[in-house]
Amino acid sequence: MTETRDPRSTGSTAGCEGCGADGSGTSRRAFLGTAVAAVAGALVGCGNDHVEDFLQHNFRELSKAEVEEMIARLEREYKAQFGREVHVGHEPPLPGVIFGYALDLSRCIGCRRCVHACVQENNQSRDPQIQWIRVLQLDKEEGVDLRHADQYYDPPEVPEEGHFYMPVQCQQCKKPPCVKACPVGATWREKDGIVVVDYNWCIGCRYCMAACPYGARHFNWGEPHLPVEDLNPDTHLLGNRPRPKGVVEKCTFCIQRTRKGRYPACVEICPTGSRKFGNLLDPKSEIRYVLENKRVFKFKEDLNTQPNFFYFYGV
Amino acid sequence: MDILRNLASFLADSVRLVLRGNRAYRIWVAFLLILMAAGGLAYANQLRHGLIATHMRDQVSWGFYIGNFTFLVGVAAAAIMLVIPAYVYDWEPIKEITILGEMLAIAALVMCLGFVMVDIGRPDRFWHIMPLVGRLNWPQSMLAWDVLVLNAYLLLNWFVVTYLLYCAYTGKHYIKKLVLPLVLLSIPMAVSIHTVTAYLYNGLAARPFWNSAILAPKFLASAFCSGPAILLILLQILRKTTPLRIKDEAIFKVAELMAYTMGFNLFLTAAEAFKEFYSNTEHVVFSQYLYFGLKGHTTLVPYAWASVACGLAAFLLFLIPKTRTNWVTLNLGCLLIYSSVYIEKGMGLIIPGLTPDALGEIYEYRPSTTEIFVAAGIFATGFLVFTLMLKAAVPIMLGQHTMSRGSLPSGEAGDPIP
Ligand code: SF4
Ligand code: SF4
Repeated sequence: MTETRDPRSTGSTAGCEGCGADGSGTSRRAFLGTAVAAVAGALVGCGNDHVEDFLQHNFRELSKAEVEEMIARLEREYKAQFGREVHVGHEPPLPGVIFGYALDLSRCIGCRRCVHACVQENNQSRDPQIQWIRVLQLDKEEGVDLRHADQYYDPPEVPEEGHFYMPVQCQQCKKPPCVKACPVGATWREKDGIVVVDYNWCIGCRYCMAACPYGARHFNWGEPHLPVEDLNPDTHLLGNRPRPKGVVEKCTFCIQRTRKGRYPACVEICPTGSRKFGNLLDPKSEIRYVLENKRVFKFKEDLNTQPNFFYFYGV
Repeated sequence: MDILRNLASFLADSVRLVLRGNRAYRIWVAFLLILMAAGGLAYANQLRHGLIATHMRDQVSWGFYIGNFTFLVGVAAAAIMLVIPAYVYDWEPIKEITILGEMLAIAALVMCLGFVMVDIGRPDRFWHIMPLVGRLNWPQSMLAWDVLVLNAYLLLNWFVVTYLLYCAYTGKHYIKKLVLPLVLLSIPMAVSIHTVTAYLYNGLAARPFWNSAILAPKFLASAFCSGPAILLILLQILRKTTPLRIKDEAIFKVAELMAYTMGFNLFLTAAEAFKEFYSNTEHVVFSQYLYFGLKGHTTLVPYAWASVACGLAAFLLFLIPKTRTNWVTLNLGCLLIYSSVYIEKGMGLIIPGLTPDALGEIYEYRPSTTEIFVAAGIFATGFLVFTLMLKAAVPIMLGQHTMSRGSLPSGEAGDPIP
């Protein structure tokens, strides 16, 4: 993968007024439950965890106590796997928030810093390599025409003459075909518009991958390998916690960050400020400013997936 | 209590029939068992390493397994091809064929479920997809529908076959009032399993190659070509190796019906090709990849044209009465149409649906050795199921083996029946 850096660019991510409040109340409770369960787990030993894993029900059918039990078990398992404490949060959607994203095609230089920041933040498998963001190099003369798209461009320096760049990740569709497709309800849209996957319920049939028009869903074809030193221990149950083999995963707008009022990692890292993020329900948010003042379009609009992810031309 | 005792003896006798057999039978079964073992080893390897042992990847996320699954759903559905004339027109020579057709459907469904099972990434979570225990996303997900109709169809066929054989075994006449509605029900059921499987692909707007209204009718048409093709060959084998009497007339009648469906299937293929290539929108890339290759990627091209050529040749052989009633050309036609549909409904459907992928990337998929071995194991399982069912069913069906008499002396010496 290229790590071409452009010295001209300076990072800029304007403040977001839309993502106030945080879920500290619930996470404290989660933490208590975790502690209790961890002690219990230590007493009982880990032998039961496999049985519990097997019998685990769909996340949306679990009571609060069961969720906490599940988290305690996962944290035990991660501790055993990585030899390191991993925090698994389960912050719920913030009231009055629907997240929106806008990407400025006139600024993006195709440096792929977002790709790597995402991999780091979200604990993607390094081997086999999984990347939730795919950056397309397109011809200026052809516009957004996938027949001229190249994901594997590798010049000494970007941007290249005659080309523009279009990063694609999960578009957090309002009418997500992936959710409709899943035979077991292992993937769904949360109240804040984030489409999540229950990694403990997914059966790995990959029907959602066939259904997604944006190539946004990725499968753990082999056992995911994540070196301990690369592990991000601050995770969310429905987000960046380490995944098992044989399940599907995807971008969650960095649910572990954004539900605590932070920006997604890709927004923070982008050196050109091409990435805008915020609360669609907040009229004063930057994302609303973009939608109201720039000319935006939705990728593959004709499919009526109604993404909450927009592309625009800022300059 | 009587029924229970009869059932127990029915089961015991069936097992006994299955365990006995001549040399050819034993070699055949041993061969299948070896294939199954090879498939089992390959599958164990896949379980250990994950689906990375296959050549499927994010770009082409379904491959050989799902292709075979789709084709076999067609084989299972085609059982009705034989049920319709037999029961609606009350055709005498074709009634035994119906039982065979339904057994073929059972074997095909066993293979279908096998292919689904090996394709999923977490077979340990299989219970998640079971109605009632798991959480079925019904009626939203077409895959949830498919699970339901396939299992219902399997159950239905299994019940009818078992019941008919049980009646023959106990020497009682079957209750027509029970069987007829069930057999009639299996007709719309067969249509539905194939329609739902077509909708599985059809409903995905993300994949323009599949998102075409012609898909479901085309599935049915091609199923009614390939399913009976297998059966015609089987019937001839059975006539030779067992005392089962099957009249030429019945075989030729089925062949004639097949000629019409083949013609229709070719017409639908042409209609689709016209739409794609004449309107020539950006969605033409998938058909282009299939028939001509894209940017130098031509893996599927020879298969695509072979499928068309075989389909055309078989159609002509079955259309002309002279070649239709000649055993050599008839069997050649069966082989040709089988190959044609196997390509068309298997890899020829799944791979171009996913190539180029949703972001325009071309990943050339070819099944891995693991996939081929696992598939061979599943096919062997299906053949074994079918062989064993036949082995028990034929003597019972012919009244050679009944509860009161055991096996007739013409067969191998029968054990006394308790
Ligand atoms: S982009 Fe794909 S994965 Fe994301 S919500 Fe839409 S259909 Fe689902
Ligand atoms: S792969 Fe998992 S999330 Fe996707 S459709 Fe299958 S069960 Fe649902």
